[in-house]
Amino acid sequence: MEGMVELDRLTRDFGPIRAVDRVSFTVGRGEVVGFLGPNGAGKTTTMRMITGFLLPTAGTARVMGHDVVAEPLAVKRQLGYLPEGAPLYGDMTVAAFLRFVAAVRGFGGAEKRRRVAAAVERAQLQEVLHQPIDTLSKGFKRRVGLAQAILHDPPVLILDEPTDGLDPNQKHEVRRLVREMAPDKAIIISTHILEEVDAVCTRAIVIARGRIVADAHPDELRARSPHHHALRLKLRAAADGLVEALCGLAAVRAVETVAVQDGLLELLVLPEGGRDIAADVLGWLRAQGVEVVESFVERGRLDEVFRMLTREGEAHHAAA
Amino acid sequence: MRLRNVAVVTARELGAYFTTPLAYVFIVVFLTLAGALTFYVGGFFERGEADLQAFFVFHPWLHLFFAPAIAMRLWAEERRTGTVELLMTLPLTSFEAVLGKFLAAWLFVGLALVLTFPMWLTVTWLGNPDHGVILASYLGSWVLAGAFLAIGVTVSALTRNQVIAFVLGAAVGFLFMMSGVEVVLAPLRGLVSPDVLDLVASFSFLRHFTDITRGVVTLADLVFFAAVIGVGLLLNTLVVELEKA
Repeated sequence: MEGMVELDRLTRDFGPIRAVDRVSFTVGRGEVVGFLGPNGAGKTTTMRMITGFLLPTAGTARVMGHDVVAEPLAVKRQLGYLPEGAPLYGDMTVAAFLRFVAAVRGFGGAEKRRRVAAAVERAQLQEVLHQPIDTLSKGFKRRVGLAQAILHDPPVLILDEPTDGLDPNQKHEVRRLVREMAPDKAIIISTHILEEVDAVCTRAIVIARGRIVADAHPDELRARSPHHHALRLKLRAAADGLVEALCGLAAVRAVETVAVQDGLLELLVLPEGGRDIAADVLGWLRAQGVEVVESFVERGRLDEVFRMLTREGEAHHAAA
Repeated sequence: MRLRNVAVVTARELGAYFTTPLAYVFIVVFLTLAGALTFYVGGFFERGEADLQAFFVFHPWLHLFFAPAIAMRLWAEERRTGTVELLMTLPLTSFEAVLGKFLAAWLFVGLALVLTFPMWLTVTWLGNPDHGVILASYLGSWVLAGAFLAIGVTVSALTRNQVIAFVLGAAVGFLFMMSGVEVVLAPLRGLVSPDVLDLVASFSFLRHFTDITRGVVTLADLVFFAAVIGVGLLLNTLVVELEKA
């Protein structure tokens, strides 16, 4: 795949603290990368190095083939960037601000008007166009930040927590916008909202204490959850000893009794090594003559995997 | 360097001055003070001379306080609100941003100076002044203000607190202004060689400005102020660049 953003052992120190530690990855066209990690893991620092706001201590970052240190201007032309918290010139109106960004981006005359109008439409800012940015709600401010980032239709978008602090409707809007633009761009979104990864990302990179601890499709990550392929069952009139017998089945690691209610037994059957046990278990139950009222195979939980991955990092760090 | 980028930054900063009433307050206070000092302290009428010496003699003092006040927000505010991240990730070089901001402040001061034109009209109406000297003095006042601004903008890039930027800017400006005066020279006398003392004295904004208002516009004085502005802007660029490292 063509690499539009390429990081090679990118490292950044702040005094004695190593904020980003040899981070390497490549993002290609059509990819939406969810950049995940606890607060302080180094997400923002990494993004600031890609956008040229901070210089790397070691390693390299390239955007559309341009090195961020050697050709910062070429990089900045290819990038749209929404910094953390979407800082904006509050004293300007939305229109004046976008015209300013368009002018710095080198657009003039009719082209400038066209670009500003297109960004305003995409981010749905028509109704606040002539208001000072300071008077806008958080959701509108974020959209102004997005409009500014996509104004020049850049091939690469870096969005630092684009939905932070927005209400569910506003989050939905931002995600819709990202999905719309995704096919012909390389997009990196930092977030600590995991549902966002499912909603928009084609790939998730988890970092903890400055290091990449996972880089995979969200489904692959989910597969690492102990709950991946776990079977949730509701059984009627189960005989004594059924739970023990289930435990004895091959590929079943454990069985948890979730609830007993109205003569229904609710169980959670956890598989060994994430194997798909549904067919075997259901077949066995049928053979035993147990009536299965409800069965459901869990996909696994991202938050669980996230905690596992980032805690491992901490434990590792403490040991080292 | 692309002048177009500089102009875009300058236009934004000039706009920012005038979106708040502060700019108008500034200009009004500047004009009022300039006038009051000329007539009440400078004794414009009592002198009975058809010149603007009583007006220009106070300019170093006005600029000493007004220039840091105009310059203080240029970088400190960007850092406080985080917009510096936006600005520095746009396709601009640091120097283009630095120069653009400086020019906005310098044009603002220029506007304030232009608005003192009734002084010129008054003295022309009362007598027959040497217009060349007056024009030179205006030019001198403007480049002097530019030097103070270059100091103020650089200091502004060192902090996110505008008050600190103002106080530091005025303090450094004061040292430069007074470097030819005993207040600054006396503590140095005996500590350093006479050559160094002469060097320190030659940095005096006051002396260079007084030369200009006397009507002896020497290239040296103008070059001096231009050099101070140039060095200030380079330092400012350096400070902005260092913040990336």
